[in-house]
Formats: sequence, C-alpha cells, structure tokens
Amino acid sequence: MKITKQEVENVAKLARLELSEQEKEKLMDQLSNILTYVEKMGELDTKGVEPTSHVLDINNVMRDDVPGESLSQERALSNAPDKAAGHYKVPKIIE
Amino acid sequence: MKYEAVIGLEVHAQLQTNTKIFCRCETRFGEEANTRTCPVCIGMPGVLPMLNKKAVEYIVKTGLATHCTVSPYSRFARKNYFYPDLPKGYQISQYELPVCERGYVEIVVDGKIKRIGLTRIHLEEDAGKNLHQAESGASLVDLNRAGTPLMEIVSEPDIRTAEEASEYLKKLRSILRYIEVSDADMEKGNFRCDANVSIRPVGSTEFGTRAEVKNVNSFKYVQKALEYEIKRQAQILDEGGKVIQETRLFDSSKGVTFSMRSKEEAHDYRYFPEPDLVPIVVAKETVAEIAKTIPELPDAKRDRFVKDYGVPEYDADMLTQSRALAAYFEESVRLSGQPKVVSNWMMGELMRLLNGEGKEIEDCPIRPDRLAGMIKMINDGVISTKIAKTVFEEMYKTGKDAETVVQEQGLVQVSDSGAIEQIIADVIKANPSQAADYKAGKEKLFGFFVGQVMKASKGKANPDLVNQLLKKKLSE
Repeated sequence: MKITKQEVENVAKLARLELSEQEKEKLMDQLSNILTYVEKMGELDTKGVEPTSHVLDINNVMRDDVPGESLSQERALSNAPDKAAGHYKVPKIIE
Repeated sequence: MKYEAVIGLEVHAQLQTNTKIFCRCETRFGEEANTRTCPVCIGMPGVLPMLNKKAVEYIVKTGLATHCTVSPYSRFARKNYFYPDLPKGYQISQYELPVCERGYVEIVVDGKIKRIGLTRIHLEEDAGKNLHQAESGASLVDLNRAGTPLMEIVSEPDIRTAEEASEYLKKLRSILRYIEVSDADMEKGNFRCDANVSIRPVGSTEFGTRAEVKNVNSFKYVQKALEYEIKRQAQILDEGGKVIQETRLFDSSKGVTFSMRSKEEAHDYRYFPEPDLVPIVVAKETVAEIAKTIPELPDAKRDRFVKDYGVPEYDADMLTQSRALAAYFEESVRLSGQPKVVSNWMMGELMRLLNGEGKEIEDCPIRPDRLAGMIKMINDGVISTKIAKTVFEEMYKTGKDAETVVQEQGLVQVSDSGAIEQIIADVIKANPSQAADYKAGKEKLFGFFVGQVMKASKGKANPDLVNQLLKKKLSE
C-alpha cells in the first residue's frame, strides 16, 4: 500500500511531530512497506470470524469502589517541567 | 419561510462513585489541586487501568431506567487527541460497542406524552481542569477530575423546540436522581450538555446542516442558547446564506452563541480498541439483579398519581419530579385523605414559598402532618380557604402548627350566625342605594355585598354562611 507525502504530513501533524523533507521521504517508504506487509493478512478468509480486540480470553476484570491512596501534590508535580500554585503550568491554551 | 428545529442532545453525567473509573483515587469535589491523583490517572508509563465495578452497575441501571438494550458484550476504545487536561494523550471512552443502546425518555409537551429516543449511553473518563491565567500568559492544570467516571447519554434528533430540550433534560436529571447514580447537579458541572442543532423548512424530512453548541451549564441557558441558535440559523437561511457545520460556544452574559473559530482541523480521533482493558460482559442474571434495585420511576409514578389520586397529568408530572416531593405528596394524602386539595396546596403556595427561597422540599418547614392538620381545620370549618393562605404562610415562617397559628393570631372562622347577621345588617345600612338596586332586580350586586361582608369580618366569616344569610337578609 502506497502512502502519500500528504498522508505522512497529516499523521505527523496529529502526533505533533515536526519532520524534515528528508524524514518525510524516508517515512513514506517505511510506512508503505509496513502497510504492504500487514496487507498480506487480507488474503486470509475471515468469513464468520469475530474481530479480535484482545488476545486474552478473559473479561470483566474489575475492582470494588473502595478508595486507595493518592499521591501527594508534591510528588504528583515532581516530574512537571513547570508548576505554579499546586498546578502544572503549561503554555496558554486559549486567547 | 417557516422552519422547525431538529435537536439532538449529548449529556455527560458524572457517576456518584467513591473512586475514579480506572484507579482508586477519590472523586471528591473541591479538594486542593492535584491531591487526588495517582500514576494511573496522570498517565505515567507502565501503569494499568482497572475498571470500577460500581460504574458498570450504574450505567446498566441507567440503561434499564431509560428502556435501553444492555449489550451483553462491550468494550473500551481510545480517543486520541492532545490537550493539557488530558495527561495520557487519549481519553478512554467507548466507540462501536457501548454498554447501552436504543432507549427512550418520555416528556410531557402541551399535555401530551412525547418520546425522545436515546441512541446510546457509554462510559468514559473525564479530563482534568484548566485554569487560564490572564496576567502570566500561562494555563494551570489540575488533574483531580481526570479519570472521574462519566456517562455520555446521546439522544436521537427527536427534539423540536428549546422547551422540549429543557423538558428532556429535566426528566433525564430526575431519572438519574431517582435511581441514585448521579446527583446530576448542573451548577457543579456534574451534568453537562452539548446540543446539535439544525433547522429545516416545516414539512421537510431532510436534515439541515447542524451546529454543535457547547458550554451550556444551566437549564435556563440551554433554552436560551437553543432559542438564539435557531433564530440565528433561520436568519442565515432567510438571507439566502448557508449554515456552516461548526462548534459554537454559548456566552451566557450576552445570551448569544459564537463560533469557536474553525481553526480546529477536522477531528480525527483515530479510535481503536483499548488494549489495556478487557471487555465487559454483562450477564442476564446481573441485569436482572440490577433491575431489582430500580425504584418506581417518575413516569410510572406520574401515571399512578393520575389514576389513583385523580390529579391532572401536569400536576402529577410536577409532583413526581423528585422522590422526596412525591413522598411528601403521598404522605400528606395518606394523612388527610384529600389528594386534590394536597396537590393544589403543593403546586400553589408550597412551591411558591420554596422557590422564593431557592429551597428544596427536603428543607420545607411544613411537614406533611402539619399540612394535613391545616387541611382538616378547613374541612371542619374552623378556618376558611382564604384565611388558610395566611395560616400557611405563617406556619412556613414560624414552623408552628396550624392550630397554634390560628389561636395566636385569632384567625378562627366566624360561624356564629348572630355575629354574621350583625355584620350583614351594618353593611346593608352603610350601602342603602345598592341594597335598593339589588331589590329592584340588579342581582349582580350580590357579589358586592359578599365582598363587603368578608372585608368587614377581616376574611374570617364563614363564606357559606355569609351567602346563605345575605340572601335571606336582602330578600326581606
């Protein structure tokens, strides 16, 4: 399956990645190869086969609604590049 | 051109669980910022979410209460997008296999019952909260709310007016409160609504281009925002223009909707099945167990009130808005044996006094036994219905029972014929020309005399007795 440059740019934009022209060319090739490889599965006859979303044959893994411990504010924010007044500080998101 | 609106609503209701949907952090409101988070809900690498059993129970309960089909098999999906309040870079939601599908909610419009279809109800996690600091040019993020369990309830485009939308939301809120899965408090943000609105010429069956209105956070605003949006679209079409598909926000201070600017690229959420969570399988037995926990719902209660107590549909609808209100009504009826009288007092004076103070029935100082006591005094002829209004207000203000109020204020009805005859004689004497006109055949004046007598007795004269004696006296 051939991937166009526009598709690479679109996916990069959605992933917030900045790519050079050279990288775009390279990714076009690589992504096309990967998809061509995966396309091989289309040759299989899957009539009457339920789509798989999980490889494990288990369901309903749940817990009771009982509170556990949370992180302290200090610990929660300890990896944040920037913080202020007990909050994560980020660049302004609306004008 | 005459248009009709086509409206579909998406409601996000917060489930009243103790903990978040995929971790054990508490969901309490109003805590200090970032003190209710853990590696799971702030999206640290290598963690695994684990589903809260209560959240599943609550959504199944909601599905049953809204006539939905509960899917035997459903699963979660990732909705991918970037925003600072979404720590993982994706929201865990549901896509092609929601827990509940195809239900309906009934509303009363112009005295008639109308069904609003539900497309689906699914589970998802809430995002955190962003605070925008004007001075520093930065935004602050609090992740306490991230991971709070939400139900998204999606209606069919069955709603035609802003009023219907408001009725639908009220009924939905009432159901969620009856079954105790959400406090559905709009002001606290626990019940949020987005509206898809389009208009089309009356008679047309095709849909027009829709706009999505977000950010509407009170019942009053939902109605205002929709009314504005319908008018806006009609004006565009009348001027030969085209409605564009876009997201609009409601500005409550100006009462208008405005475009969120179309810089949002076409949404591409790239949903895919959530690999960290296994499917939810709801067994028939589980559904049956949960069904047993559902109390009598507003619609069934409304119908029963109409049938058993003979109250009008509109009144019954109002009286069943909350379980507490309905319980108050039934208790008062049990004690007084007079459903219509109880309904009238509740719909009239009681609601007026409660609404005036923004209070709920739970805070009402007049309990059912006191209301029944007052009704008994009216029946026994101790007080007139007119005086009862004064008594009722006094009972509400002071918390005293009717008997005490009547005694303290000397409001006992005068049923002594001698005393009433005296008043009547005085009134006739003071209005000789009217008395002469009445006797000459101007019977309309009877009402005038009743009014004068009641006034002279300060409203305390027994009205039946006044009528009877006055008739006699005037024909003498």
